Amino acid sequence: MRIEGSRNSILPVTVVCVIILVAWYIAAIFMNTVVAQPKIEALGGGFANTINVSWSLDRPVIPAPHQVVAEVWTTVFTVAPWKVKSLVYHVWVTLSSTLLGFVLGTLLGIALAVAIVHFKLLSKSLMPWIIASQTIPILAIAPMIIVVLGSVGLTGLVPKSIISMYLCFFPVTIGMVKGLTSPDPMQLDLMRTYNANVSQVLWKLRFPAAMPFLFASLKVAVAIALTGAIVGELPTGAQAGIGSRMLAGSYYGQTIQIWAALVAASAVAASLVYGVGGIERIVNRHMGARA
Amino acid sequence: MKPSSFRDVLAPALFGIAVLILWQATVRFFHVPFVIFPAPTDIWSKLIISLPTLYEDFVQTFIRAVIPGWIIGSLAGFLVALLCDRFAFLRHGLLPLGNLAAALPIVGVAPILVMWFGFDWQSKAAMVVVMTFFPMLVNAVAGLQASGHLERDLMRSYGANWFQTLTKLRLPAAMPFIFNALKINSTLAMIGAIVAEFFGTPIVGMGFRISTEVGRMGLDMVWAEIAVAALVGSAFYGLLVALERWVTFWHPSYRR
Repeated sequence: MRIEGSRNSILPVTVVCVIILVAWYIAAIFMNTVVAQPKIEALGGGFANTINVSWSLDRPVIPAPHQVVAEVWTTVFTVAPWKVKSLVYHVWVTLSSTLLGFVLGTLLGIALAVAIVHFKLLSKSLMPWIIASQTIPILAIAPMIIVVLGSVGLTGLVPKSIISMYLCFFPVTIGMVKGLTSPDPMQLDLMRTYNANVSQVLWKLRFPAAMPFLFASLKVAVAIALTGAIVGELPTGAQAGIGSRMLAGSYYGQTIQIWAALVAASAVAASLVYGVGGIERIVNRHMGARA
Repeated sequence: MKPSSFRDVLAPALFGIAVLILWQATVRFFHVPFVIFPAPTDIWSKLIISLPTLYEDFVQTFIRAVIPGWIIGSLAGFLVALLCDRFAFLRHGLLPLGNLAAALPIVGVAPILVMWFGFDWQSKAAMVVVMTFFPMLVNAVAGLQASGHLERDLMRSYGANWFQTLTKLRLPAAMPFIFNALKINSTLAMIGAIVAEFFGTPIVGMGFRISTEVGRMGLDMVWAEIAVAALVGSAFYGLLVALERWVTFWHPSYRR
């Protein structure tokens, strides 16, 4: 993810956000009056009543932004974080399996890439299957993976992480294969004249050259790891996590709860991607790269 | 077929067959319980028996939800990209948000869309539209800026107007990016439609079948459905690759 041209895009972004916000409030009036009509008429009708009622329903078709903000506020700051009612608790459950899956997926992805770069036969036979593996909608078979792993005795954190891992490794492998093969023949020849062996070429030339590719892939990977963890929580019957908050919300018609969970998920996604960006900057500085 | 391309096909095919044989042997030899891993032969026989059901699910999920959603979402993303291209203000305002949206777990809006558009395929198509919109927007905007200054100056010296420059230079130059988005979207569309079915559906559809059969421990049916999904997904993807090759034959990656 790139936020480009930060200086000259602040105003346009703000304007677009304000337009979205206004459109949201207006949409809330129109979409909610359908269900709120009796209540509005009971209050005597009129424009003021319409707005008041449609922006403060308990189970709106679409909640007004301030209702979502209020829900996030109460579930984050007024409830102790270890209680089931707290959003922080659910975010933590999702975040922990996301991070575990992300780390495992990254390691697997790098290992596969290293193997593919070094063994010609492997790249011929493995690569098409790695690509084919991603045409299977893994998120769609997440329930099966959860249930199967559950029947083997793996429950809780690990099955969700495995789904995240499966989603994660692909962009990392693709990016790293590209990155590890990015040094040009001249640089490889130089290593050869130094009489460097395979592992020295890998550590001193290929890995440093692959860093930009790795971090670009990691940003994609961490975002889909989160998606994987959230979808992985759906079939477990809404025990804990952001996904289960959404599922419970949709079962009981708690729209505001769903939207609050969405806001939480978005916040987590954004901070994860920025976190990876931060690590990238630190690594770059450590390697003495130009900023 | 040239020897090199023959090997390109043979190596992965052998690898796949080896995996299938290994799978079958492991399941039979160690007596792996059916609920954990059915053998490939079990899955195959189940697939043959339940072809009508699988076809119904395919129509419900792929023909009714994935295809219309994919077309509408990609088209909408492309049209907004054209607007962004015409009005720089809009581009500066929308592009950062589009990049942000690419990182968000968009599948999360599935319950909301099911609530709004009902249980049937409409809500699934809407989900696909939402999922496919942003990748197309971001890629198409990048693609429309891909043509070089030199070519644009040439078009200007020809006295070409905005529309002519668009159709004759910048759209062709944007095609690799647009196809990239279409390919990304083809996988996203499958995922979106199937995941949306977890949140409520009539009693047909790939996502519905998978989640109910998992509940009944009918893992052979689940795997049959996965095989169909993989086949359909790969065919969809392959079709796009072929189309891309035909449209962007001039691109360096296709030159010989």
